[in-house]
Amino acid sequence: MATYTLMRSSQGLLHGLKCYFKSVGQIPCGAVAGAITQSKVLQNARCYSVGHLSVQERIEKKRNAALIGGGQLRIAAQHKRGKLTARERVQLLLDQDSFVEYDMFVEHRCSDFGMEADHNKYPGDSVVTGQGRINGRLVYVFSQDFTVFGGSLSGAHAQKICKIMDQAMMVGAPVIGLNDSGGARIQEGVESLAGYADIFLRNVMASGVVPQISLVMGPCAGGAVYSPALTDFTFMVKDTSYLFITGPDVVKSVTNEDVTQEELGGAKTHTAVSGVAHRAFENDVDALLNLRDFFNFLPLSNKDPAPVIECHDPRDRLVPGLDTVVPFETTKAYDMLDIVHGIVDEREFFEIMPNYAKNIVVGFARMNGRTVGIVGNQPKVASGCLDINSSVKAARFVRFCDAFNIPIITFVDVPGFLPGTAQEYGGIIRHGAKLLYAFAEATVPKITVITRKAYGGAYDVMSSKHLRGDVNYAWPSAEVAVMGAKGAVQIIFRGKENQAQAEAEYVEKFANPFPAAVRGFVDDIIQPSTTRKRICRDLEVLASKKQTNPWKKHANIPL
Amino acid sequence: MAAYRSAAGFQRVLHAVKHVYLKQRCGVIICRYSTVNDPNEKTFDKILIANRGEIACRVIKTCKKMGIKTVAVHSDVDSSAVHVKMADEAVCVGPAPTNKSYLNMDAIMNAVKQTGAQAVHPGYGFLSENKEFARRLAAEGVTFIGPDTHAIQAMGDKIESKLIAKAAKVNTIPGFDGVVKDVEEAVRIAGEIGYPVMIKASAGGGGKGMRISWNDEETREGFRFSSQEAASSFGDDRLLIEKFIDNPRHIEIQVLADKHGNALWLNERECSIQRRNQKVVEEAPSTFLDPDTRRAMGEQAVSLAKAVKYSSAGTVEFLVDSKKNFFFLEMNTRLQVEHPITECITGLDLVQQMIRIAKGYKLQYKQPDIPINGWAIESRVYAEDPYKSFGLPSIGRLSQYQEPLDLANVRVDSGIEEGSDISIYYDPMISKLVTYGKTREEALKKMENALDNYVIRGVTHNIPLLREIIVHPRFVSGDISTKFLPEVYPDGFKGHMLTAGERRELLATAAALYVAAQLRSQRFLGDLRVSSVPVESRVWELCVELDKGVHMLGVSRSGNNYTVEIDGEKVAVSGEWNLASALLPITINGKHRTLQCLLRTAAGEITLQYLGTSFKLRVLSNLAASLSKHMPEKVPEDTSSILRSPMPGSVVAVSVKPGDRVAEGQEICVIEAMKMQNSMTAAKAAKVKSVHCKAGDTVGEGDLLVELE
Repeated sequence: MATYTLMRSSQGLLHGLKCYFKSVGQIPCGAVAGAITQSKVLQNARCYSVGHLSVQERIEKKRNAALIGGGQLRIAAQHKRGKLTARERVQLLLDQDSFVEYDMFVEHRCSDFGMEADHNKYPGDSVVTGQGRINGRLVYVFSQDFTVFGGSLSGAHAQKICKIMDQAMMVGAPVIGLNDSGGARIQEGVESLAGYADIFLRNVMASGVVPQISLVMGPCAGGAVYSPALTDFTFMVKDTSYLFITGPDVVKSVTNEDVTQEELGGAKTHTAVSGVAHRAFENDVDALLNLRDFFNFLPLSNKDPAPVIECHDPRDRLVPGLDTVVPFETTKAYDMLDIVHGIVDEREFFEIMPNYAKNIVVGFARMNGRTVGIVGNQPKVASGCLDINSSVKAARFVRFCDAFNIPIITFVDVPGFLPGTAQEYGGIIRHGAKLLYAFAEATVPKITVITRKAYGGAYDVMSSKHLRGDVNYAWPSAEVAVMGAKGAVQIIFRGKENQAQAEAEYVEKFANPFPAAVRGFVDDIIQPSTTRKRICRDLEVLASKKQTNPWKKHANIPL
Repeated sequence: MAAYRSAAGFQRVLHAVKHVYLKQRCGVIICRYSTVNDPNEKTFDKILIANRGEIACRVIKTCKKMGIKTVAVHSDVDSSAVHVKMADEAVCVGPAPTNKSYLNMDAIMNAVKQTGAQAVHPGYGFLSENKEFARRLAAEGVTFIGPDTHAIQAMGDKIESKLIAKAAKVNTIPGFDGVVKDVEEAVRIAGEIGYPVMIKASAGGGGKGMRISWNDEETREGFRFSSQEAASSFGDDRLLIEKFIDNPRHIEIQVLADKHGNALWLNERECSIQRRNQKVVEEAPSTFLDPDTRRAMGEQAVSLAKAVKYSSAGTVEFLVDSKKNFFFLEMNTRLQVEHPITECITGLDLVQQMIRIAKGYKLQYKQPDIPINGWAIESRVYAEDPYKSFGLPSIGRLSQYQEPLDLANVRVDSGIEEGSDISIYYDPMISKLVTYGKTREEALKKMENALDNYVIRGVTHNIPLLREIIVHPRFVSGDISTKFLPEVYPDGFKGHMLTAGERRELLATAAALYVAAQLRSQRFLGDLRVSSVPVESRVWELCVELDKGVHMLGVSRSGNNYTVEIDGEKVAVSGEWNLASALLPITINGKHRTLQCLLRTAAGEITLQYLGTSFKLRVLSNLAASLSKHMPEKVPEDTSSILRSPMPGSVVAVSVKPGDRVAEGQEICVIEAMKMQNSMTAAKAAKVKSVHCKAGDTVGEGDLLVELE
């Protein structure tokens, strides 16, 4: 913060700034009309107490001021931190020349602590807002500008964000927030807090109406974190972004813990430990390009079907590798991602939360061009069991898919829920219920493939026929049973001799897909190599599926 | 495959005119062997194949054509392997480690009894040259498809075989000596022979366990390694030390002998391209032999075969020096890995001949009937990283696998398929890729194309190296020796070096692919509630990075045809731009090329396999490229103080503990993979900070072994 007050304090500095303004021409101009000549920029450098200018000149002057945000020094500082400016980010995120900016002339309204001075007013304040296109499709965007008051949230800042969110909901288009803010505008006090609440309210109102994505590209602390937390997806940038309620200093004073920013709320913490963030990217450029890619999976709103993109992968492609992917020994692990990659279009799978609760795999892919949500138990990690974290991870994903008309494909290889005091004390009962709830309430097309184990209550949970699965398949290696053979035999034949023989009998009877198939709990037993073909065909049929749940104010998921 | 199947249909006619037929095959498109089966010649009802992988599949194919039922044996991890699926019956003979399964004689004998197989084909490796196995089969009245026990014994012993060879007037290498008992004897013997000497396990075939020593110190080390390997691989720790011929060619003669004293030589195979004494590229015939030398070698080979009353197919290996002097190296009493190239140029099915001979039939041909038709090249495609010592084993699951079988005159012998696992337990060979042409040039051209069209994903493979060898001027001119690889790549193999023109082709392809993908990503189908506004630039201004070089390109498009402007030069690239296909067949400036796209990410990374080598590129819009300049450099890990396993395998020994001081180059631990022991050494002098492995551990590629301070 120190830098800008210094800069502003002396007119004489203007002279010194010349060298910086020379590079203004390179600063992205977004959708702002007209070429700005360098000399004009120089003349118009931040001093507005000039009454003799025409309106036209003043408009231009303000626009130019808005374009450079907090000024060249702070832009350079931002770059030095390995971060892009708010405008650069918007420009990279959106299609070329598609950004339409709103509220470029909005200024903060604070008059305390000298804030009312001209040199403390920045056209547009500390956020850039507007709408544009990603691969041709409409999106609303806000991008917090760290170069203006550290991106702090003023009443005006919040008002700008609320404006685009309101419009996004009316139009039916997603909202992407690029977060880079030091927190509340302390000078504004409660006005700033009110601003946060206004945004939170809109986050909640928009939830399930239009997809909301947060990309945290800098600090995001205190109350501010609840906006990303309320959105559908939170992505982070490695090494340069942080999310925490209270920073390391406060933590130290309250709990006496020594912790760095990175350890407390860096990308690694939130993608692997807390599960707050859904994925992290290497740097700003990488994150924004990936966000463009991710956006293509999403429908614009809950009124739109899952998008379908031109597909070069034959829908009837056989996948011979799947016939051998499940090992003969039921205790041996394999990688569920091998199955997912083999089946989906072009082996392209956008995994959500790849480093958190790895015993379940969730993410987006396409089948014959249409977006689908994939949920799969991961036998490679903790035998693919369901526990608190994996249940919550998958439940939230399933609910997103259901809210936005994205069909769900579930691959099941689950030995059951994870036993133990840690899980029971942690509330596996109510957390596990979330996944059960999510699958049960979902009305989008639901296709389930049991690749191997489907044991006990976990079988019921994993998009079973009983929870309105539309098409449920079993591979020949499937075993649908209450539990594994050993445990079952110990109960049924307790104290009897010939346990081994009893076990063999149990395996013969239950360790195969027939018990479920004869009851119609699976619709067919399919050759694994034909799975892609079958699913593509089913999705075509199910595209017109209509199913509604009973009227309710809202449901009451066990939170 | 269709070609030889149809050839088999001619069998009745051929029975009468087989001599003529073999000669007529000259110039015919059929590049493969023909199984000229005489329906009146009854052999066996059922054969058990005591092997796995491609050779088991190869034997089963011929059995099927001969109407013989087949039995596969397999370890538990191989239970869904291709050879198991191909066979009529399959028996599990034990767990994954070879000494518990494929080398488990008791289990295999049981499988023979259980299935009632009348004969056993051992393939190569495993029990193929094990006289005890042959003896036990004979005792049970089961035919061993191979030579008699005495021939296996005589030729399996390096020392005895040389004595027999000498007696049969076969040229032998001077100064070889007897069995070695300890280190000091090894040094003494080496000194007597005179350096350089070669040390290897007496019982070992091929190059396995072979080490070359130039001084006493190396002899000691070689003795230690070779005796360990001999013990672990063959259960027989006898060693052999002999004079080493510098810079030789490895040329071998295929022989075929029956139980009636008849023997033929089926010409030579040139196998000089080797790494660590294991063959990589073979060809038949050799560019080096003149008819006289060929005949001399052939006749000596046959005389050796006759001297040991050899029957079945066998191979007599020779070292040939630059003056065309040739010396007997050893005789392999089995079917060789590289037998397909002999089948290509002679038209014989060697497996069929082995089966016939084993049943006691006489050879059908006389020496003048054996032709050299055209030229055949074999590339051994391995799951190996060619950038590490020309090939260190790699493992993994073949997530995508497509053999170039739609190309004419290409034969692929493999025992794996998409979804197969390449495990640490067995040889990492993926397949043998054989191409055939009327001329060597034609066969080589086909090999280039076949390698470009071969899709292997999920494991690291050696196609980059194979593709480079076959176009190297020295190889193309036939100027090769067993030292070819170390001479041509003294600093190790680094992949294809792009010429300026090739670089432009690669850049242009990546740029065009990028634009094609960008355009596709805005092609949404169906009715859109909010209309879409796709962007189509007249000229795409792109920035492409390749090996730290940055190029500004302009791409313009007309349908599927792209014009890419690079440094003032225009490159025209066109193709179908199928973004799902593993192969990327395109036309660059009128030239047809097949590239493969190995990776394409949202952040602009594109990895293309071009001329065999994979190149990492990054394609960004000019805007993204200019903004990338602000992105922080991520500091890469300091590798000099970290020792990671270069390949998956098991830890045999760890020679340091935390706190030890190590000198640069000092051995830290030994990793064994695919029966090869690899000594891992310190990259710098330092103190050992921590040790993360212990003897007996199984480690994966890249696993941390030891940290230095």
